[in-house]
Amino acid sequence: MSIDRRNFFKTIGIAGLAFTVGKSAGATTLESSGIEFRGMLYDASRCVGCQECEKACAKAHNLPEPVDEIKVDVLRKTSETQRCAINSYSTSKGEVFVRNQCMHCNEPACAAACLTQAMYKTKEGPVIWREDKCMGCRYCMVSCPFDVPKFEYLSANPKIQKCDMCYDRIIKGEIPSCAEACPGEAIMFGTRRELLAEARKRIAESPDNYIDQIYGENVAGGTGYLYLSSAPFNEVGFNPKLQNVSYPSLSKGFLYSVPAVFVLLPTLLLGVHEATKNNNKLKEEENE
Amino acid sequence: MNNPAITLAKDNDGKSIWQFLLRELKPRGKWLTPFNIISIPIMLLGLGLIVFRFIYGIGSITNLTQEIPWGLWIGFDVVTGVAFAGGAYVLTFMVYILKMDKYHSIVRITVLNGFLAYVFYAGALLLDLGRPWNVINPIIGNGFGTSSVLFLVAWHFLLYMLAELIEFSPAIAEWLGARRARKILSGMTIAAVIFGITLSTLHQSGLGALFLMAKDKIHPLWYSEFIPILFLASSIFAGLSMVIFEGTISHKVFSSQISEKNHKAEKGILHGLSKICAGAMFAYFFLQLLVFIHGKNWSYLNTPMGYWFLLEMIGFVLIPMMLFFYSYRTNNIFMIRVAAILTMLGIILNRLNVTVIGFRWDAAIQYVPSWMEIVVTLAVIFTEIWIFRWVINRMPVLRESPSWVKEEK
Repeated sequence: MSIDRRNFFKTIGIAGLAFTVGKSAGATTLESSGIEFRGMLYDASRCVGCQECEKACAKAHNLPEPVDEIKVDVLRKTSETQRCAINSYSTSKGEVFVRNQCMHCNEPACAAACLTQAMYKTKEGPVIWREDKCMGCRYCMVSCPFDVPKFEYLSANPKIQKCDMCYDRIIKGEIPSCAEACPGEAIMFGTRRELLAEARKRIAESPDNYIDQIYGENVAGGTGYLYLSSAPFNEVGFNPKLQNVSYPSLSKGFLYSVPAVFVLLPTLLLGVHEATKNNNKLKEEENE
Repeated sequence: MNNPAITLAKDNDGKSIWQFLLRELKPRGKWLTPFNIISIPIMLLGLGLIVFRFIYGIGSITNLTQEIPWGLWIGFDVVTGVAFAGGAYVLTFMVYILKMDKYHSIVRITVLNGFLAYVFYAGALLLDLGRPWNVINPIIGNGFGTSSVLFLVAWHFLLYMLAELIEFSPAIAEWLGARRARKILSGMTIAAVIFGITLSTLHQSGLGALFLMAKDKIHPLWYSEFIPILFLASSIFAGLSMVIFEGTISHKVFSSQISEKNHKAEKGILHGLSKICAGAMFAYFFLQLLVFIHGKNWSYLNTPMGYWFLLEMIGFVLIPMMLFFYSYRTNNIFMIRVAAILTMLGIILNRLNVTVIGFRWDAAIQYVPSWMEIVVTLAVIFTEIWIFRWVINRMPVLRESPSWVKEEK
């Protein structure tokens, strides 16, 4: 889904071109083709809940600055005016801060649900919302397993609010505003591959500091946002019910059956119609 | 000269069509009927609420939340309304494909009912869209979201409305006295029927498939990968129960329009429909049973949601099914009608359980529709009935076609 046929051929083409042009050129071409998803690595053991990222996020997206303070085990939710929210959890490993926002899934349910591709997985990795396409049906909200998209219910021209990983900054080569604002280097921006390698390195280097799991590596088919934590993930607000298979795969079977039904059923109906045609004629003849 | 079609056919050349249409638009009969007295204030109030909603946003009159973004307007108006409109595809299948001529006299009214249901209940969708001016985007290609089940459903709604309009169009042509148009349009019927049945199969199941991705949000007793098939199977008897219910009312309200022959045929039709309903419900119940056993959901049965599930399955599927069987064997028309009403309640229950009641049943803030959402829903239903009545009083839907139709055959 994220790497479709065309992109696949493009990659092959670029790779082929790289072979002919030479090694050094190949590396930059592959890099600029943007085929690798960018993501963010969030290290809960480094987050102190200073809310600098929340403030930077609000500023970057013209939203009101969040004023509520973080309290232990009082759940703060993202909303139509707040794209990310840090919460504090009392866990078996003491107090842990975890931020939540859009997970930027590899195969996002919201984008698969969107009938106008307003919710869109960009080739750079962020899942973005496009105002000119959206009809406000809210099917993305129904489908998202993380309950991320928020809708402006009290507006005559409502928008969907969600983290877009500062897509406008990423295409300019900058890093997302939250990663830039974080004073404790709890948020790291990079390609998903780099981030996974970095996360594994951190776990290997200080195994006592982390539980041996990268949240987002597999959940919902893999997400662009990756989490490291010192406490088990079900203690820090993650829904343990979520599956590891991607969510769009749940409706794949139905969608794949559509073309078959569309060809076979009319044929069958026409066949039965033709077959029963004679019945009526026979009946009429009998009557006569 | 009560029949306008004949009058028009006669002086078609002399009088302009606009004069005829203007005259037809005028209301007929008594104004102060109990139905009008109840429906007019509700429709006006609903209209006011709709205006309010477009100025101040959906949240100003609904109780929808960020966790529960779809409420009564989707769960009842669209999902339940379309299930009830399923009678049209089942009946056209029986009459045009299987040539069960017995049911021919009720095809037109069923198709009209189905068509208006789609127009109004899919139309009610516009009220629920936050940005309705973008509703044409998936049609004009400002983003073909082909991986979306809703994309399929949207296209199917549009195409099926066209198919049903074509199926119904000979009645409009007869009303206008347009002989040539009638001939062309009725020639298109069988193609529209085949196309319409295919579309219905896919979008009746598609409405269920919409919820496949909400796996963690719907109560396990109602979520399974078989939702699409269950929705399709239940749309058969949902639609036919609606046909029975609507027929019962039409035979009383529009009694004068129905010919002696068709009045007599009603019993046989109801009898046949009850048999089909019973069969379809048996298949559906068996399917539900298999899904339940397959899902290993026994532990949920002894919870409040479990009792609710049992009430739906036993009280509103098993019991009406047995009633249909019983009344078919004993030829009891009254019991057929009771069974149809119970079945319809069961369908409302089932669709709401999947889309609203069982959806985020564990949410901290539960969704209960506001009175304003209910008024708007009622206003939509009443408006549909008004149009339904207007059409029946003017076009040959229940009454016989004008005599020139037979002459031309």
